[in-house]
Amino acid sequence: MTNMKKIPASDITPEHIYNDRRNFIKNLGLILSSSALSTFANTSFGALNSLPSFAQAKNHGNEKLTSLKDITSYNNYYEFGTSKSDPHDHADLLKIDPWSISIEGSVAKPLKLDVDELIKLIPIEERIYRLRCVEGWSMVIPWVGIPLHSLLKKVSPTGNAKYVEFVSLKRPSEMIGQKDDMLDWPYTEGLRLDEAMHPLTILAVGLYGKVLPKQNGAPIRLVVPWKYGFKSIKAITKIRLVEKMPVSTWMKANSKEYGFFANVNPEVDHPRWSQATERRIGESLLAPRLKTEMFNGYQKEVAHLYQGMDLNRYF
Amino acid sequence: MNQSYVKRLIFIASLWPILSFGIAIFQSNLGANPVEFIERHFGKWALIFLCLTLSMTPLRKITNISEWILYRRMLGLFVFFYASIHLLCYIGLDYQFAWVDIKNDIIKHRYVLVGFLAWLLLLPLAITSSDKMMRRLKVNWKRLHRLSYVIAILGVLHFIWLVKKDLTEPLIYAVIVSILLILRLNIFNRKKINH
Repeated sequence: MTNMKKIPASDITPEHIYNDRRNFIKNLGLILSSSALSTFANTSFGALNSLPSFAQAKNHGNEKLTSLKDITSYNNYYEFGTSKSDPHDHADLLKIDPWSISIEGSVAKPLKLDVDELIKLIPIEERIYRLRCVEGWSMVIPWVGIPLHSLLKKVSPTGNAKYVEFVSLKRPSEMIGQKDDMLDWPYTEGLRLDEAMHPLTILAVGLYGKVLPKQNGAPIRLVVPWKYGFKSIKAITKIRLVEKMPVSTWMKANSKEYGFFANVNPEVDHPRWSQATERRIGESLLAPRLKTEMFNGYQKEVAHLYQGMDLNRYF
Repeated sequence: MNQSYVKRLIFIASLWPILSFGIAIFQSNLGANPVEFIERHFGKWALIFLCLTLSMTPLRKITNISEWILYRRMLGLFVFFYASIHLLCYIGLDYQFAWVDIKNDIIKHRYVLVGFLAWLLLLPLAITSSDKMMRRLKVNWKRLHRLSYVIAILGVLHFIWLVKKDLTEPLIYAVIVSILLILRLNIFNRKKINH
């Protein structure tokens, strides 16, 4: 330190301006190569300033990625309103710094940490997953996150831990959709422990190589690619290991239509939507619907979790 | 202003859903799910025109101006027009004429079923909308065209059953249609006769 040349304070670029410049230059490239201008202007990035380097995913299915613009402007996130464009328009109000996640319940070593600490503890990696919404549309999203099982192993679940409950945030002043009692806030979800420990299940902190935008669940969200999108809870504050099956928000709202498992299943129709086919977001107006695959195409990886279960009953 | 002028003006104004759709295309504003956008756009306008059509008779009674009734047929035909675009979009764009899938969708999902029924019921009304048919059907014409009340109820149900949780918008239509139907009850008509 002592023999370093002293740099006048005015010459040091504050980090946020540096990042802004970097983003500006990146954006410029994007503007030139696509029409993402308006998206970036409205895309609010969260708690983390940037992501550390990570292992990039191979696009195994060779599927076309959904554009960042579509991923960040067509969202179901009732905390910000019930229209698909509400999250994009209102998520900016949410303050996600500071943010802490506690992992508690039936665990030997409970943890409470922020997202920065979390990704120092467990290295992030990229995962390209299909996302299938219960409403019959789908996307292909390059997430960046950590495998949930790596985190769960750190807290050493006890023998009583059979399920994992996830709790989001209730803060109506910033999540303006919560001013309505549309759903029982805070949003709550759950997985069986073996589902939570499955290598495909991740906690995402980014997408398209960047920090997760707020409308997509910043600072941290769950991604369970073989289940309908509503299982992948956003803006997580608590992860609790429990003995009894948690009751999720949508089960409370309408248990006939939304079950605990919510596995993508073309054979089991939702009373409102056919689950046999899906519309891929970002495809041309004239593109046909795609056939929905069992477990959203992750059958090989996850079917064994449900062996012998009547999936018509446990939907 | 004479009536045929007003009629022409209303006709042009009734093309707004087409124009606004054109503007949305021009500005690439169809969003991430353009098929859904088009379906919703024309479905919503079919419902709006249905409410407008059903307002003409009450307006005549309330305002004591008989001209309202002159625009009813045209508005009703616009309901059929926009409902047909809505249906065509569902069949052609959304399902690409995959008839088996369409059939399954209709029989398995009540919101699709009532929407389809509503369109089916619009058919005879559109076919019998000419003066000639009106004269030929005499009293039965009026009876037949009371189907528009059923269509209105089915149309609102179609919207209510589609929605997952936020019923605000469909309930607005439900209230409007209810008022328009209540105004047709005999109690209101009798008052009129007594005067």
